[in-house]
Amino acid sequence: MLVELSSDQEALRDTTARYLDNEMPVDRVRGLRDDPAGYEPAYWAKGAELGWTSLLVSEEHGGGTVSGFALQDFALVAHEFGAHAAPGPLVPVNVVASALDAVGSPAQRAHIDKLIAGTAIATWCFGEPVPHDRFDEGTLEIRPEGSELVISGVKRPVESAAQADHLLVTGRTADGRSQVLVPADTPGVSIQPLDTVDLTRRFSIVTFTDVRVPLDAAVGDLGAAAGQIERQAQLAILAHNAEAIGAMQRAFGMTKDWAFDRYSFGRPLASYQEIKHRFADLLSWLEASHAINDAAIAAFDAGAPGTAELVSAAKAYVGEQGSELAQDCVQLHGGIGVTFEHDLHLYLRRIILNRTLYGTPAEHRRRVGGLLVDTSRTDRGEQQ
Amino acid sequence: MRTDDLEDVESFRARARSWIRANLRPLQPGEALSTLRNIRTEEEELAGVARDREVQRMLFDAGLAGVCFPREYGGQGLTQAHQQAFNQEIAGFEFPSRLQAPTFSPCAAVLLDFGTEEQKLRHIPAILKGEEIWMQFLSEPSSGSDVASALTSAVREGDDWILNGSKIWTTGAWWSDWALCLARTNWDVPKHRGLTVFIFPIHQPGVQINRIEMLNGSKEFCQEYMTDLRVPDSDRVGDIDGGWTVGTRWMFHERRLFSSPLVTVPSGQPHGGVSSSFLVDVARDSGRIDDPRSLELIGEARMLELAKESLQGRIGRGMALGKMSDQAAALGRLFGGIAAARTFTVSFELAGSVAATWTDDDGSASLAGYDYLMRQVACIGGGTTEMARNVVSERVLGMPREQTMDHGVPFRDVPRGSSARR
Repeated sequence: MLVELSSDQEALRDTTARYLDNEMPVDRVRGLRDDPAGYEPAYWAKGAELGWTSLLVSEEHGGGTVSGFALQDFALVAHEFGAHAAPGPLVPVNVVASALDAVGSPAQRAHIDKLIAGTAIATWCFGEPVPHDRFDEGTLEIRPEGSELVISGVKRPVESAAQADHLLVTGRTADGRSQVLVPADTPGVSIQPLDTVDLTRRFSIVTFTDVRVPLDAAVGDLGAAAGQIERQAQLAILAHNAEAIGAMQRAFGMTKDWAFDRYSFGRPLASYQEIKHRFADLLSWLEASHAINDAAIAAFDAGAPGTAELVSAAKAYVGEQGSELAQDCVQLHGGIGVTFEHDLHLYLRRIILNRTLYGTPAEHRRRVGGLLVDTSRTDRGEQQ
Repeated sequence: MRTDDLEDVESFRARARSWIRANLRPLQPGEALSTLRNIRTEEEELAGVARDREVQRMLFDAGLAGVCFPREYGGQGLTQAHQQAFNQEIAGFEFPSRLQAPTFSPCAAVLLDFGTEEQKLRHIPAILKGEEIWMQFLSEPSSGSDVASALTSAVREGDDWILNGSKIWTTGAWWSDWALCLARTNWDVPKHRGLTVFIFPIHQPGVQINRIEMLNGSKEFCQEYMTDLRVPDSDRVGDIDGGWTVGTRWMFHERRLFSSPLVTVPSGQPHGGVSSSFLVDVARDSGRIDDPRSLELIGEARMLELAKESLQGRIGRGMALGKMSDQAAALGRLFGGIAAARTFTVSFELAGSVAATWTDDDGSASLAGYDYLMRQVACIGGGTTEMARNVVSERVLGMPREQTMDHGVPFRDVPRGSSARR
């Protein structure tokens, strides 16, 4: 989160923080562990009134930012979600709403209203199962056949698929990358739940067996969706990072308080140099995570060149160091840190879940390295 | 301060850009290298110093020197945003790298904070014209991290002070002009209360300079011996025995070096560590550029560069807004040291066997071995990462201070190791 927010941004953040403090204290989060959806529809709809679902949609289609920087604003909500380990399909709904806003047909954009109101859910079907579960290796086939599109393939993991009214499906047509918007109850769509580390977020395998939708289900032009897909992935990555950083901030704060309160050998833990030095490292990782993610968000909002590199760098950094920070917080707590009773695991769960979504840190390091090598080859006039 | 007549950032940027492109030499790929590599002859080093002075003078004459220095001392009186624009525009071009640290900061920064009007008028314009290159006479052979335990003594004699002692780890003292020196003026009070700061020309009879050969053959680090060196009281900075007040700010300026408004740090250029674009050359020269593992390592180095650059920006903004304490600068020092050390490791790994056994034909990879031998300099020079961790935990997070054996004890009674007894 930025070191300085505008007063409107602070109001947005604070409203969400207070709503989550009141409506979703950690014991309620724990109580949702066996809930099939992981959240109550009324909780989601009321949160939507606070701006959770409208920030990435243009004013023309019923949304609007508070600062003019859409993702910067949305990241504040995501930060508070992380800091509260809050439930709800925050990222998938916003990714789909923003995609429909950007490239949807008028009929598709008509769905945005209900997404903004929190009365309908949509999710993005992007990742695929092994052996294609690396970042953006999708193989799902979208085949035009007369007046229809036929969809065949498997997507995994898909967040909140069982709650979704619509699925935004990313795949390939013969001539390139394509996306379609599919009602979740279309024949041939089957949803199989996955187990997950998070207490309240739900994921599924979604199988498309010769699913037939009309041609106008395409979102944007067939074969020309690569840029839009990249943008959706960047948005999802940066929002998940913001959420992870909120969780890191909370885990760090809890652990710092613990170090002052807990005495061993007549001294607080915080007085041991070994412990102090680890906190210094943790704070440097936390601040660097804020900094690189905010830099990537600023690039995204500005459409700046170099955004892809910054996004992957932020993903790799926050993924790796976020997990390390959370695990070190557990270590500094000792045994209590791995009990269900303690709150720390709520944040650990959220941090490590987000690390795995939309590419691992190693995949994104490779992406950053690849971009640099490509640039070097171009500069040297080599063929790629 | 009046802000209504300030040049706006974008017109300053345009002015800087056109001047830089018209007057400065673009860097060759891989040219922005660490000065710690033993790759220049003495003549080449002196030619580099002369060119740095010349470019600094050209910047001064063009109204581009000392962007954030006050106008009354020859600076431009502009803001950090202007300096950032300058950092972006000068990236990829030659610039007076040897003058940034420690001349502009911490030395000139300390003069601005504590110098008398006469001292500032005499030295700041000369610094901005490239006429004076400054060194920090701070560390001593017997005290690195614990700088307040300095043994260099200054004894009052009429209007003068007589200095005796030794300072160490000054980079390039052999071609520099002036020293900012921390000395002990009172041995009968606890260590922090008996220090005073002085300035004096380096090249004079009372100062002997020895160049230290580092393990890679570099001789840029120096040790100085002051023997009955006479310094007029008018060249004292701050109060007598008030040297720690000066020293605290001095070290703050040192820790925040790369987010300081007084220093030019070209965007995307590594300060300490190996640049990710150089690592691409290493991987190419070692025949590993197509290995997925190489891409991952290069990507990691680039990630660290971006994280470091954005962290420095965040800390700079946080401090400017008063949302972070000045001590938060230690976070940048800590992160920068660890990240730089990691890039040397990456370079060493990418270079394969060439890292340890090479010929002149092995290109960029042939530099990886010596860089790796010198890796820990990134975590030692400018204050160790351990000291930065102390500052972060104690001054930023408010954790209890380390117990010391010298608190409240007259300095002459503080226990010292055998090499530091006198």
